Amino acid sequence: MKLGARMVPFAGYDMPVQYPAGIIAEHNWTRQSAGLFDVSHMGQCLLEAADFETVAKAMEALVPADVLSLKPHQQRYSQFLNEQGGTLDDLMITRHVKDGTLYVVVNAGRKEHDYGWMQQHLPAGVKLTRRDDLSLVALQGPKAEEALAKLAPAVKDIAFMHYADVEIGGIKAQVSRSGYTGEDGFEISVSNADAPKLWDLLLSDPLVKPVGLGARDSLRLEGGLCLYGHELDEAISPVEADLVWSIQKRRRPEGGFIGAARVQKELTQGTARKRVGIRPEGRAPARDGTVVTDASGREIGKVTSGGFGPSVGGPVAMGYVDTASATPGTKINLIVRGQPLPAEIVTLPFIPNRFKR
Amino acid sequence: MTAKYSKDHEWVIVDNGIATIGITNHAQEQLGDVVFIELPAIGKKVAAHEQAAVVESVKAASEVYVPVSGEVVEVNKELEGDPALVNRDAESGAWFMKVKLSNPAELDELMDKAAYDKLVNG
Repeated sequence: MKLGARMVPFAGYDMPVQYPAGIIAEHNWTRQSAGLFDVSHMGQCLLEAADFETVAKAMEALVPADVLSLKPHQQRYSQFLNEQGGTLDDLMITRHVKDGTLYVVVNAGRKEHDYGWMQQHLPAGVKLTRRDDLSLVALQGPKAEEALAKLAPAVKDIAFMHYADVEIGGIKAQVSRSGYTGEDGFEISVSNADAPKLWDLLLSDPLVKPVGLGARDSLRLEGGLCLYGHELDEAISPVEADLVWSIQKRRRPEGGFIGAARVQKELTQGTARKRVGIRPEGRAPARDGTVVTDASGREIGKVTSGGFGPSVGGPVAMGYVDTASATPGTKINLIVRGQPLPAEIVTLPFIPNRFKR
Repeated sequence: MTAKYSKDHEWVIVDNGIATIGITNHAQEQLGDVVFIELPAIGKKVAAHEQAAVVESVKAASEVYVPVSGEVVEVNKELEGDPALVNRDAESGAWFMKVKLSNPAELDELMDKAAYDKLVNG
């Protein structure tokens, strides 16, 4: 057999796939206690203008989310779309407490693209500043609040998809209640200089253990969350990706963002394919790229992410199939190593999200 | 006989013309948590260096090659219900298959433990 390395190049960074505990143990620890993730490779930046309306309108020209209605400290998930309505990246947009400022987090592998894209489209008077001086860690799991509140009691009062500026053991941090595991938790932005100290401080709590890229992937997959390059790419629209919830009502008829024509058409007429959850009946995982067929053997789609779900206790996958076959309960086949394996379309997420709303 | 090792991280122990084959402890450490194993059909003819089984860890699928040629005469059914046995007991209880050797001379190409350890530890 051919063996891979445990440190893998990820978007230009050497990242641990797993810590010594192993992916399943790290995954389970995050579901039962609190996992600590280094996500410093993600792209943090600020958009600044004279006032909030100016910066919000500039961002609304690039994304389908309602940015204008964000309250200070509130954040929303959205996507950058191309002219054809395909997805260039997905991102988090936060209304900073400082007037006229948005704090934006984009994917590691797309940040150079995204910074260029924003620079190219932002009007004069809106300034983009990349914050490569900041690190980002995520503390995720049902005991994330308990662990972090020991160091910074104020985090208890942070609502889901909001942030607060707090001090954690003397370290200045911007803490948002958000994440990528389907669990309650926080994403913590600090200066690069403070990041190692914060990491060690958080890990000194027995409730907290480090989690690598492997468990990050199995957690988000069970949580039904999209990964750019898999469930999202330049050909896939947010409507196909079942992300209509992230397009707030005002923007649907109004449009006014790059890619709106396709999104609006799909909102009224539907899409030919749709993102679905897939549960193989046997024990064999179906990986990214696996062909999906209907009961008669006709190809109806492909798996975009697939693996083993430790909390599910079996294989799980997401993918795109023809809308006619996208109803939960539909029996399908996955072509794994040339053999059709029976599977079923299921409702996402595989593990109910436990965000603190 | 004592175990012999392939550069592809399989081990082989031959008894009376039958080779018991598995993956090395080093291989399971590198793979991490094993969640599924696909074994060959009994009676399958395999040629040395051919893929004969698949090991799926949480992250990825890996092919297992047979280091020797022959016919598969037995597979370890225990692995189907308990694939993680590979993580606990790779070089003994978690054997994959038994192959009736058709060309025992192929064994000479395999390494002893010292040579294999040198390969993986440098």
